[in-house]
Amino acid sequence: MLAYLLRRIGYALPIMAGVALVCFALVHLAPGDPLVSILPPDASAELANQMRTLYGFDRSYPEQFVSWVWRALHGDLGTSIASGRPVTTEVLTAVGNTLRLAVLATLIGFMLGSLFGFVGGYFQRAWPDRLASLLAVLGVSVPHYWLGMVMVIVFSALLGWLPATGGGPDGSGWAWDWNHLQYMLLPALTMSVIPMGIIARTVRALVAEILAQEYIIGLHAKGLTHSGIFAHVVKNAAPTALAVMGLQLGYLLGGSILIETVFAWPGTGFLLNSAIFQRDLPLLQGTILVLAMFFVVLNLLVDVLQTLLDPRIARA
Amino acid sequence: MTKTFALSSFTAVGLAALLAIQPALAQEKVLRIAMTAADIPRTLGQPDQGFEGNRFTGIPLYDALTHWDLSKSDAPSVLIPGLATSWAVDAKDKTKWTFKLRPGVKFHDGSDFNADAVVWNVRKVLDKDAVHFDASQVGVTASRMPTLRSARKVDDLTVELTTSEPDAFLPLNLTNLFMASPAHWQRKFDAAAGAAPADKAKAAWTAFAADASGSGPFKMARFVARERLELVPNKAYWDPKRTPKVDRVVLLPMPEANARTAAIMSGQVDWIEAPSPDAMGAIQGRGHKVYFNQQPHVWPWQLSFAEGSPWLDKRVRQAANLCVDRTGLLKLLGGMMGIPKGTVPPGHPWWGNPKFDIKYDPEAGKKLMAEAGHSTAKPLKVKVQISASGSGQMQPLPMNEFVQQSLKQCGFDVQFDVIEWNTLFTNWRKGAKDPSANGANAINVSYAAMDPFFGLVRFTSTKTFPPTSNNWGYFGNAEFDKLIADARTSFDDKQRDAALAKLHARIVEEAPFVWIAHDVGPRAIAAKVKGVVQPRSWFIDLAPVTVD
Repeated sequence: MLAYLLRRIGYALPIMAGVALVCFALVHLAPGDPLVSILPPDASAELANQMRTLYGFDRSYPEQFVSWVWRALHGDLGTSIASGRPVTTEVLTAVGNTLRLAVLATLIGFMLGSLFGFVGGYFQRAWPDRLASLLAVLGVSVPHYWLGMVMVIVFSALLGWLPATGGGPDGSGWAWDWNHLQYMLLPALTMSVIPMGIIARTVRALVAEILAQEYIIGLHAKGLTHSGIFAHVVKNAAPTALAVMGLQLGYLLGGSILIETVFAWPGTGFLLNSAIFQRDLPLLQGTILVLAMFFVVLNLLVDVLQTLLDPRIARA
Repeated sequence: MTKTFALSSFTAVGLAALLAIQPALAQEKVLRIAMTAADIPRTLGQPDQGFEGNRFTGIPLYDALTHWDLSKSDAPSVLIPGLATSWAVDAKDKTKWTFKLRPGVKFHDGSDFNADAVVWNVRKVLDKDAVHFDASQVGVTASRMPTLRSARKVDDLTVELTTSEPDAFLPLNLTNLFMASPAHWQRKFDAAAGAAPADKAKAAWTAFAADASGSGPFKMARFVARERLELVPNKAYWDPKRTPKVDRVVLLPMPEANARTAAIMSGQVDWIEAPSPDAMGAIQGRGHKVYFNQQPHVWPWQLSFAEGSPWLDKRVRQAANLCVDRTGLLKLLGGMMGIPKGTVPPGHPWWGNPKFDIKYDPEAGKKLMAEAGHSTAKPLKVKVQISASGSGQMQPLPMNEFVQQSLKQCGFDVQFDVIEWNTLFTNWRKGAKDPSANGANAINVSYAAMDPFFGLVRFTSTKTFPPTSNNWGYFGNAEFDKLIADARTSFDDKQRDAALAKLHARIVEEAPFVWIAHDVGPRAIAAKVKGVVQPRSWFIDLAPVTVD
């Protein structure tokens, strides 16, 4: 197990280095001026050059990359050009907000997706299967920003039950009480529909496949009860479902730019949106790097968890 | 049965919880505003986020030496004294200005505003050797006062400002230089960690931004990055007419128009900037009021005068201005635009009665096009670089498509090169001859026109050809350079305005733009909010606003 873990970490390191390089290159390859947020277009060429020097954008790309990576290794992702605040603080605050939202959305998506998947798998081609499949297809097909807007119109504008936007009642930090939780419900529900649909479709296929296997017939022949057989199906479907959930959590951690913008939720998607539109390179690079690292680490964790659930994976 | 019961119970509990929660009614009079910005504009004195920044974290928190008059909705917003009570240029050396300062003004931290404070605030953006020099504030400041070079204290209430060349526009430019408290900054500097003065200064500005001190009608009460800024009244404000009436203003960044619309519809905020155009009826149906007014915000096509451009022919430029059905566009936008007659409207001090009347007259337009050798059978191909969205760009896609159809009747075959907003903005500086123009001979970038340099000069001077400034189309000649020089060296306000009026009239007559629309700055405000005056300006004064 330890060897497997070390091997996986060994694989992750070059991936992280590649991620840093790609992240830096992509951001710099995009057209536009990195000083656009603080340098109006009517600024003189002399002033623009002066600002480029002050911010270090006059140095060569390799120089900028090495300096950025070196500082990042020391926990310093630089300073946001637009806000003047440290990128590390900005990103970690946003990651915390998105993490809460993503975990809740993933849990909702996993629970509903698993439910629909098992129902579909157990009652293949019967009406519960068709209904579950319809919901799963809707989940992956409906544009979630549209769904978000509809939910806001219904639950906020028309019914007035839940707040339309924002990350909390007064910006005083997060608390696990209804005053705060109500701000999270609509974005989390909106965000959960895609993982719900994907997990439902995956679990349905898995359950159908497992139920068709010979050992299930054997278990029936041994006289095992339905709940006993169900436990076997769950155990065999769990590693794959877990892997899919991990991937979905990773995607959601990236923050949905659209959902977080629709709900003005101060997470990574909202931050990225702001960084992209202001062409705030340090903030953009820092956010993408942290999210990519989260994704790499999350995949590592899921792999390890899978191995714990199914030791055959480590031996493979 | 058990499942049904569980489901019913869960639903009942959920609904009860949802219904039971009602927002607590605040006792204090709070005005909650949803801005279009994605982040709180910078609070350290020189805001970012364009003029929305000046509107919400500049003017409320800080004062400048000169102010815009924001007290009237039915007249142009003109320059009035701010922290300076009077100013005059030196009769012998026109690069030197003397500003007399307002006595008795205090910053929010209790320190005095005086000539030292003015010198300190000029040095923060112009003197790289000053400890408190802040590069992040330079861009948005220096570009808005391009000729200001230094400040010198004459006595406690007199300061001398020096410009690089005689420049009558300086008092107008100075509306953008907000006075932050040097004493408050020094305390932040002294408390900052680090050994190197530059590091301490950087930390001091970060700390200052989180706990700002200006001399404006509002004081900063609470700042949560990217979430909210809370302002409370400065009861000791020097202008009693601008002492705030509300107990607290909460500013919330909400970049998505539909989110802002939902926020006011659900009662989560009392005021939204730029509501979703489709929702105007629904918003008003809930009893909210939509405010709008003429704004010095021009939405044009800026034309190329580079070799080979189809716009080199004046008849073509004037024909395009005559063939845009602006009333139809007004209907498309639900009434939320102004119909332009030039860069500034008739009645403005810089209007100048141009001989060319910008109006919808397709027959006259067709005649001019025929004289130039073009018709619907033999259309003139033009290509315009536009964005799909962007700050101040209103609704660029439907608006440009409408103009495209409108011009078709006069023999224009309009093609678009649609690019991302920041890229378009960057290209604006590179000019029509740069490869970034991608063959376009017109560009659609909206701009502010309340200052003569930004509204008129930068588009018509041979000194502002790319990459120096935004004369993207290379329009300019000796006549215009002289008109500009006359305006820049007319130090009497009336003479300066008269010179600018001549310049504006000639610009309209030469038509280096197709003037398509003026933005009207719509904002939706709850009925309980009273005392709102929407001036003919990008800005608005929050001080006289009340909440019932």
